[in-house]
Amino acid sequence: MPTILGVPMQALFGQLLLGLINGSFYAILSLGLAIIFGLLNIINFTHGAQYMMGAFVAWMLLNYAGLGYWWALILAPIVVGLFGVILERLLISRLYKLDHLYGLLLTFGLALIIQGLFRNEYGVSGLPYAIPSELSGGQRLPFMFLPNYRGWVVVASLVVCLATWLVIEKTKLGAYLRAATENPTLVQAFGVNVPLLLTLTYGFGVALAAFAGVLAAPVYSVNPNMGADIIIVVFAVVVIGGMGSILGSIITGFTLGLIEGLTKVFYPEASSTVIFVIMVLVLLVKPAGLFGRTA
Amino acid sequence: MLKRLLLASALCATACVPALAQTPVKIGVLNDRSGVYADISGEGSVAAARMAVEDFKAAEKGLKVEIVAADHQNKPDVGASIARQWYDRDGVDAIFDVPTSSVALAINQVTREKNKAFINSGAGTADLTGPQCSPNTVHWTYDTVALGNGTGGAMVKRGGTTWFFLTADYAFGQALQRDTTEVVTRNGGKVIGAVKTPFPTADFSSFLLQAQGSGAKVIGLANAGGDTINAIKQAAEFGITEGGQAIAGLLIFSSDIHALTPKVAQGLVLTEPFYWDLNDATRTFSDRFAKQAGGKKPTAVQAGVYAGVIHYLKAVEALKSASDGSKVVAKMKELPTDDALFGKGTIRADGRKIHDMYLFEVKKPAESKGPWDLYKTLATIPGAEAFRPLNQGNCPLVSKS
Repeated sequence: MPTILGVPMQALFGQLLLGLINGSFYAILSLGLAIIFGLLNIINFTHGAQYMMGAFVAWMLLNYAGLGYWWALILAPIVVGLFGVILERLLISRLYKLDHLYGLLLTFGLALIIQGLFRNEYGVSGLPYAIPSELSGGQRLPFMFLPNYRGWVVVASLVVCLATWLVIEKTKLGAYLRAATENPTLVQAFGVNVPLLLTLTYGFGVALAAFAGVLAAPVYSVNPNMGADIIIVVFAVVVIGGMGSILGSIITGFTLGLIEGLTKVFYPEASSTVIFVIMVLVLLVKPAGLFGRTA
Repeated sequence: MLKRLLLASALCATACVPALAQTPVKIGVLNDRSGVYADISGEGSVAAARMAVEDFKAAEKGLKVEIVAADHQNKPDVGASIARQWYDRDGVDAIFDVPTSSVALAINQVTREKNKAFINSGAGTADLTGPQCSPNTVHWTYDTVALGNGTGGAMVKRGGTTWFFLTADYAFGQALQRDTTEVVTRNGGKVIGAVKTPFPTADFSSFLLQAQGSGAKVIGLANAGGDTINAIKQAAEFGITEGGQAIAGLLIFSSDIHALTPKVAQGLVLTEPFYWDLNDATRTFSDRFAKQAGGKKPTAVQAGVYAGVIHYLKAVEALKSASDGSKVVAKMKELPTDDALFGKGTIRADGRKIHDMYLFEVKKPAESKGPWDLYKTLATIPGAEAFRPLNQGNCPLVSKS
């Protein structure tokens, strides 16, 4: 069997595929962050908590309302997105004129409060959430056993990422959004309701996080700390891609998933740090990120 | 709460003196109340301590017991400073529970320095009764050697002769891998690979694939809490057990299995010193506990706190004083232990509490009659075999003769 650096080719293909799956989560989460930062100039530290809320809402829908996975995939982002809209109207909208740091502190504090409330109510062991029966089982590929659900995660996240990108780049609404990012005052002068645009954008970014949370519920432990662990990595992804760059965050998300996957084969101890090493290197060479524009 | 107790004791100082000279005892329950180990210890351990004081009928026996609790956040520095404050300022006589090995080792030092008592239930490291053993410390519930012994030995005997470890990359994970490897090789098995996973890890699929590729008959999980839950959940997803490989969870509590559900965890073999459904006594206790803990059954760690408090109070009653920690611990070692949850047992010279351990298998969903009906007993490992022999731990308290 052919090998690369002592690792069989077949095992390597498997690892690359798994990397791509993890990359899907990074891509959706960093996409939401990038949209929010691009338009609102808010570094949304509650993103991890909102991802966690997505998973919990899916669990609640199942246990309190009897609605399964497919309903959760639609309803949980809406519910959590509405929560985001309320948050933006009540708190975040008051900070637009201030320094970035205030937004960061506010959202970070909110994340801690939300996580604390969920921990108090549900404990830390996590809640069970099964893979939907339509997607259980798997395919025996020549090089690995691929659970159907993991395949679905890649497809779903690719579709959502591409759709979001198309809306922002190719539609009139997207054009308003991009214009408002460039110069909000001028866009408002043309009669576009910029505050409403900001609110909806935040809601949409949050809904993306919740969507990722529902996707994650059947494969990861649904517990109040699940977002705190992943959000730091996702921030690194956004920084590497370039703060606010939509396409950059999608491509970087998938690519870093692959790189992380390879690290898990060749030097597993470093797999949780490799992304940060890359972040440091990128910041040294290209401070605005790979796809960012230098201001 | 504290104020009211102080007020009560102040009132008592004037009013109850003629009745009976009361021995004051202050117990501190120090554990994780908000992090990964909050469900196995946390508030439940405090409830268990309270039940122990109640069941011991401390007041009738001339003991005036007060319980305080705090969160060590799984950080040794936080734990040590709380312990110092408790001992120096608040008059705490003994600290109980303390999960997370690194914090437990720190409390072990502070307690010895202040000559108080430390009855550990939550932590795993066998060093507490090994090189770090202390005349002020009792290690009650379990340790890494007993876990490796139980699960490791049993899996090899059932034909699991080749092993691949997924090891959490920090002191606890490595100790657990080391102690289990020792048992596996002693029983004629072989370790053919291991991968160190960063702590904490959400996605184990890559490591599971490596374990799958190794062809090992047993995949040993040398990790705990959320890491173990994620690994087992994903092992089911990737069809590891259907492919003929067995998963051995080396540190798993009933609360973890409850969170995973038998559907995902079925067939898993694990070692625990306590399970709520062992006998009538444990069932009665667990029903009472559940009423105080929002319907949750007690974990082994919480049961250990209960039993530890009872035995500690027994020693204090005999001495009529809790002030000299090493004397109390010496008395605890002298008296045989006997409680509703762990039965009869002893405490060895090195501080190791000896009781039976149990080898459990997680039930299939069809066999499980309720959300807490989780285990069937495969074997009882007698206390004498379950733990590390007294002369092999390098404990300075044990004479080498």
